[in-house]
Amino acid sequence: MPTHDVLVIGAGLAGQRAALAAAEQGVSVGILSKVHPVRSHSNAAQGGINAALNPGDSWESHAFDTVKGSDYLGDQDAISIMCEEAPEEILHLEHLGVTFHRNEEGKLGTRAFGGASAARTYYVADITGQAIMHVLYEQLMKHSEQVSRYEEWFCSALALDEAGECCGVVTRNVADGSMQLFTAKAVILACGGNGQVWQPTTNALICTGDGIAMAYRAGAKLMDMEMIQYHPTTLAKKGFLITEGARGEGAHLLNAKGDRFMERYAPNKMELASRDVVSRAEQTEIDEGRGFPDGTVALDVTVVPKKRVHEALREIVLVGKDFAGVDITREPIRIKPGNHYTMGGVKTDVDGRTEVPGLYAAGEVACVSVHGGNRLGANSLLDTLIFGRRSGADAAARAKRVDAARPSAGVLEAEQASADAILARQKGSGRRVSEIKAELGATMDKHVAVFRNEGGIQEALETVRRLKEEAASAYVDDKGSVFNQDLLAAIELGYMLDNAECTCVAALERRESRGAQYRTDFPERNDAEWLKHIDLQRGDDGPELSYSEVTITQWEPEERKY
Amino acid sequence: MAEYTLKVRRYQPESGEGAFWEEFKVDLDPSLSVLDGILQAKDREDGSLAVRCSCRAAICGSCGMKVNGQSGLGCKTQIGHAHEQANRRNGGGEPIVVEPMGNMPVLKDLIVDMESTHWEKIRRVTPWLLPHGEPPEREYVVEPESMIDVTQSMACIQCGACVSSCLSMEADPEFIGPAALAKAYRFVGDPRDAESVERLHDLAHDPHGIYDCTHCFSCIDACPKGVAPMDQIMRLRRRASEAGIDDDPNNGHNHSQAFVKMIEKKGTNDEALLIQESYAPGLKGKLKPSKGAIEGLVKSLPTVLRAIRTGKARSLSKLIPGVHPKLPGGAQEEVKAIYAHAEEHREEFNIYIRGEEDVEPEPDETATEETTA
Repeated sequence: MPTHDVLVIGAGLAGQRAALAAAEQGVSVGILSKVHPVRSHSNAAQGGINAALNPGDSWESHAFDTVKGSDYLGDQDAISIMCEEAPEEILHLEHLGVTFHRNEEGKLGTRAFGGASAARTYYVADITGQAIMHVLYEQLMKHSEQVSRYEEWFCSALALDEAGECCGVVTRNVADGSMQLFTAKAVILACGGNGQVWQPTTNALICTGDGIAMAYRAGAKLMDMEMIQYHPTTLAKKGFLITEGARGEGAHLLNAKGDRFMERYAPNKMELASRDVVSRAEQTEIDEGRGFPDGTVALDVTVVPKKRVHEALREIVLVGKDFAGVDITREPIRIKPGNHYTMGGVKTDVDGRTEVPGLYAAGEVACVSVHGGNRLGANSLLDTLIFGRRSGADAAARAKRVDAARPSAGVLEAEQASADAILARQKGSGRRVSEIKAELGATMDKHVAVFRNEGGIQEALETVRRLKEEAASAYVDDKGSVFNQDLLAAIELGYMLDNAECTCVAALERRESRGAQYRTDFPERNDAEWLKHIDLQRGDDGPELSYSEVTITQWEPEERKY
Repeated sequence: MAEYTLKVRRYQPESGEGAFWEEFKVDLDPSLSVLDGILQAKDREDGSLAVRCSCRAAICGSCGMKVNGQSGLGCKTQIGHAHEQANRRNGGGEPIVVEPMGNMPVLKDLIVDMESTHWEKIRRVTPWLLPHGEPPEREYVVEPESMIDVTQSMACIQCGACVSSCLSMEADPEFIGPAALAKAYRFVGDPRDAESVERLHDLAHDPHGIYDCTHCFSCIDACPKGVAPMDQIMRLRRRASEAGIDDDPNNGHNHSQAFVKMIEKKGTNDEALLIQESYAPGLKGKLKPSKGAIEGLVKSLPTVLRAIRTGKARSLSKLIPGVHPKLPGGAQEEVKAIYAHAEEHREEFNIYIRGEEDVEPEPDETATEETTA
């Protein structure tokens, strides 16, 4: 039974940052991930990371842009902390070795990004997430004495003690199938979002909402689960991401007639309005017949100087070439809005503490809430690092304070039995896991996407509940122990269905349009009734609803125009 | 939609059987990837078919594998292309051959043990920044070009395709290898690192280090991200050379110097002199050969004889020194002009500066540059 003071689940940016911050406090740290850490999805963040570090810029301006971007659903105390601490974090990363882009003076250089009133996005070409994550992994290798790495260990449940405090996690070593209970005085969930609930999605296959579901099952509250970001520029077929950095560098959006249609939706910010606004504009063009026959509009990167494309947008040149057969330096590429980011998640305070004592959450799995109804581009990396660090530090402080973990008896045995039960299902007993997953993805993309209405969401919810029943008998082919990915997919399917159910319930409840939640049956924002968070907690018959206040410090809600 | 056959090399460790081949029929758009094909087989037919994968978009580096013998990422190899390639090689109706990566032990089907090979080698190069003193209050101020220079090796996603394809590693499993050496350049080339010279000494003096690469270009072909690991190894060699490190145990530095000088002088490789020049350069070296030079020359004899026997070097009669043919006409002067030009325009090829297949500027671009200039 491996024991650590602090256990981090997930090893993307939030998890690695949390582990390093906890280790700095001198406690023993373990970090677990179902994939090798550098395979984590933080890799995919291309564009950059925001911070008000330039002379003349201010954290207040960054915070206001974030509040406005969130459609006033973000908590302003948390946003202030994030924006105030951002510059120091960028400098810390630079000192660790991140190869940030430099200006002509050799100092940190910035690029423009959506929804921002100043160019404050720091970047490494268009591999910013990858570059930062690999540098943090370098630090994990450097500090291997303080931080134990468990690479390719899958988590199936959180362990609680008799008092209901979180004190560990049940894991499965993917390489050999052995199951173990890891104990800790504090557990930090840092295992990302739930994009795989939708098909297509920009998200990796590993983004199955594991942490959100495990926390929910352990009794933690979820918040803002209806807020799912559709990114304006994704490839039609497979949903791959084209960075917002492309528009930051000056690329245009064109409909099939060749019109720069953003003129009609956001005359001031044009292509750099916030993502929910741009995605809705595109979807409207497509729905009203001004898109291309394959349900897309075009992104024209040819207007960006070639030298700049090679220096700053090389990754998407490769994406265009390899996955769409298009040379973006020579012709426009077809794109459409696609599932991208989970704004909601496990409800936490500004130190990552959830409603379950001992359980923390940071990064996309969490909802602090700094993104509210819509996340600004280049704020997600920042979120992972700031709240990863704060969670790590607070978890370490807790570990110094509390007694050794004493998990309730039987938690490991129960999980083992549940895995064995999945393996024991007879062939022909039910549908294949992959079929259920495909139906879930298509349903959610149809009904809980850019435009939503009561009938559609209700239909999605009913489908999800039927799929839950079907998932209980889904058959797996692989009966072995070594790298049994089939079994893990069955467990992940359960996680995804819990996520989907919560999103549908919250989307149905919020009878207004705010940020990413656009209800065609309630097209206006309604501050009088809905300027509040929707919280969900597991009940006997599914998620139970409650509400919490949005923290407003200095920015009163006003109409949002770009 | 089109039908393809994937012939997958499988290994199920719990079966007690050895590796075996299995064919899967899949049905998908030719623009989709070999990984998509494998996942379709896994989803529809056999969930026990094991493959690491996550992003599907050549970012995470999970799905390193060999397709038709070529190392790369399954997700970045279009299945239509792979099909055409298989047919070209074998003359029609042939399946796409999918195998686990090379140079790493296979754990199950397409999953290999990267930890004991790839990652062990990465850890070998002290893979973290080693600055001296306290960090500055703000950022380190560095040449903008230096950051772009190391960003090429920063683009590595640790997929292992280069390791899988490395011929030197096949011959010498202890070779530090293309991925780890590219990682090393990321620090050596970083002006914030204060121990670049120590790193270079370490990598040059390790007999399995920078001079263990044989210049075969396999890693450049295999790399899905344009990192060009061999180019990074060559940068390490140049930096080591500039740092005055000329006493490596593989005699690599002197060997390359001998090459450079010989071509400048004669235009082509004079095999009769190459090894002598590597160990005992110039008249001085031959009149007063060092003990190491004699030892090195004697040790090279079996290699020379083997090369003659297998036809890799010219026959013994043609290896008599002094009869090496000169280049025709003024060609030797042109070679010298190329040397002078290269010396004057020392530029590293970097995809973040000029783009991968786009080195030639567009005619209109040249025009614009001239007007601005």
